[in-house]
Amino acid sequence: MSTEALAYEQVSRRYAGVSAVDYVSLKVAQGSFVALVGASGSGKSTLLRLANRLDVPDTGRVLIDGQDVAHLDPIALRRGIGYVFQNIGLFPHLNVAENIGIIPRLAGRDAVDVGAALERVGLSPDLATRLPSQLSGGQQQRVGIARALAGEGKLLLMDEPFGALDPVTRDTLGQTVRRLHDDLALTTILVTHDMAEALLLADRIVVMAQGRVVADATPREMLGGMAGAEADALVAVPREQARKLDKLAHG
Amino acid sequence: MGDALRQLPPLIASHIMLAAAAMGLALLIGVPLGLASARRPRLAAVALGLAGLVQTIPGLALLALFYPLLLAFSALIGGGLPALGFLPALLALTLYALLPILRNVVAGLQGIDPAVLQAADAVGMTPGQRLRLVEAPLAAPVAMAGIRTAAVWTIGAATLATTVGYPSLGNPIFAGLQIERWDLVLAGCLAAAALALVTDALLGLIERGIGRRRRLFTLTGISLLILGLLLACLPLLRAPQRSVTIGAKNFSEQYILARLIGGRLEQAGYRVTYREGLGSAVAFRALQSGDIDVYVEYSGTLWADTMRRTDTPPRDVMLDGIGKWMAAGPKTALVGPLGFENAYALAVRPDSGLTTVADLARKAPDLTLGADLEFLDRPEWRAIREAYGLHFRATRAYSPTFMYRALRSGQADAISAFSSDGRIAADHLTILADPKGAIPHYDAILLVSPTRARDVRFLAALRPLVNGISVENMRAANYSVDRDTGKQTPEAAARWLDARVRGSR
Repeated sequence: MSTEALAYEQVSRRYAGVSAVDYVSLKVAQGSFVALVGASGSGKSTLLRLANRLDVPDTGRVLIDGQDVAHLDPIALRRGIGYVFQNIGLFPHLNVAENIGIIPRLAGRDAVDVGAALERVGLSPDLATRLPSQLSGGQQQRVGIARALAGEGKLLLMDEPFGALDPVTRDTLGQTVRRLHDDLALTTILVTHDMAEALLLADRIVVMAQGRVVADATPREMLGGMAGAEADALVAVPREQARKLDKLAHG
Repeated sequence: MGDALRQLPPLIASHIMLAAAAMGLALLIGVPLGLASARRPRLAAVALGLAGLVQTIPGLALLALFYPLLLAFSALIGGGLPALGFLPALLALTLYALLPILRNVVAGLQGIDPAVLQAADAVGMTPGQRLRLVEAPLAAPVAMAGIRTAAVWTIGAATLATTVGYPSLGNPIFAGLQIERWDLVLAGCLAAAALALVTDALLGLIERGIGRRRRLFTLTGISLLILGLLLACLPLLRAPQRSVTIGAKNFSEQYILARLIGGRLEQAGYRVTYREGLGSAVAFRALQSGDIDVYVEYSGTLWADTMRRTDTPPRDVMLDGIGKWMAAGPKTALVGPLGFENAYALAVRPDSGLTTVADLARKAPDLTLGADLEFLDRPEWRAIREAYGLHFRATRAYSPTFMYRALRSGQADAISAFSSDGRIAADHLTILADPKGAIPHYDAILLVSPTRARDVRFLAALRPLVNGISVENMRAANYSVDRDTGKQTPEAAARWLDARVRGSR
């Protein structure tokens, strides 16, 4: 039996009596690229944060490589998991190289090759000595991804990483992430509310609504209408946009 | 000015020591409290509220309040805690410095972008690493601004430490204000201001160093601060280990007499330090607790204010009563009267033809009384008025300088003077006799602390001063310090007076 990179077993999490995550069970296979899709407040971000213990479940277990995270040291756990989020959170007083090198520094490991780390995310090594405030939003998030990968973990958690970026930057950054996923053999969970992004990047799409998983299918199945009503409603938006654009182009 | 400047180095040293100690203590309390408060809104509200409340108490009052507080606390733990000098000054200044430090540490921490803190957790920082690597450097610029404010306040407010008997740059300021030596006031103010500006500039350098990630700035600022502190401490290394302390209240006569006593004690082989500018209420308690060894009090003040007696006995009865009261209670000792009084007295122009208060009472309905600002509310005035049936046509209150001018120019016909005031001699005024003994006696009396009461050599050095100073000589000495032109220093006046002590040399 192969161990899953990440597994949720009957996990729930409530805030002030309201369920954010409601008895969710989910298995993510090694090497897969899973998009977690849903409206705001559907519990997808919370589900992600339970994986690296930024949040703690009220019930159930979260397993990483078969081990219950509740029994792992949270500090070591987080250093081994890449985490990228919408507000980026680069350390404003540290330069790009210091931001990227933070996890090895914390763990007392050898310094990373910052030039290679920058090139890997599509940035020039010349940026190493810049401060975050001297970079564009897209460059900042690329540094954020480089920082997350510098921990050399195989699991990458991304919480709406492109949410604050313009459409062109979103698209190229999405492709960068997909390429990194393939090159580094990562297991990637991408939280997004953009179904088109999910369909184009992921191998598997999990739709959440009110703390529950309401659909779980491949992009092809989603587009084929085989994943249920909630999934169809979400897929309908980009499909309709594509149809209108096509009509506009061809009269 | 040269004379004023020579006094400064040891005062600058002790001023810096006090301000640095208060800042250090305030940082030691304020920074951890700020860290704890930043994530706990209720604690922050309480801590900032209390620190703000302290800030509303005037600095002088805060210092004065610590005196009885420390005395009570000292009594509670069985004594031994000094209630005067360094400790009360340190505590008051520390409390004062707390608010800006606390407020800016909290503001600095709360101003950090939550995303940055989330990232700190997500990359696996321990709470300690998060504080050291993220929160401290990001909050530092705002926190440093508060520390700068606190430092400037503390250095300024440390001048008030003089009033609780800790030597600071307030010494020349308070002494200069009292004897109208503006060069002393200016020297003290300029030195304190320069100290504050230099400190602020160095802290500013550190602030910029942190803010712009320029380690050189930070290290330069810190090294210069430490260097300055070490330099300031140098004069203290040579400070006497054992010495006697002479107290003085805050007016010229007291400064002169303190120096006179000091000179005599130095001749007897004592090392002498001075605690000048003490509040009237503080002085006797300081003597009682041994914070000062000797000072000059006035019999009527002790009788009414400390012993809470309301009668007005003859001179000898009062002195006898004071001696017995001290032996029974506070264990301090009365060495003896100096031979003159500094009492309220009614003075008139030399051509008035009056010699007693009874003479004055007959003419009073046609005359105007000029009084200092508090005389008309004092029990002394009530006592005189009732004893002699005094009814003036009018009474006017003046500040002392204008009161004498009013008498000279005829706007007032009689004034409330202090009997040892130098202006009485200068204006050739007549002090009216008090045949009914209605005015309480204010004999200048020499008091010593419980320890010195058993120190034979000490008492022997002071005994020649008993009944040794005539009121005429005291007036002349006071006038030489108080007059507007050709002022003498209290030291010079003390030397002059010393040569005229009855029965000496």
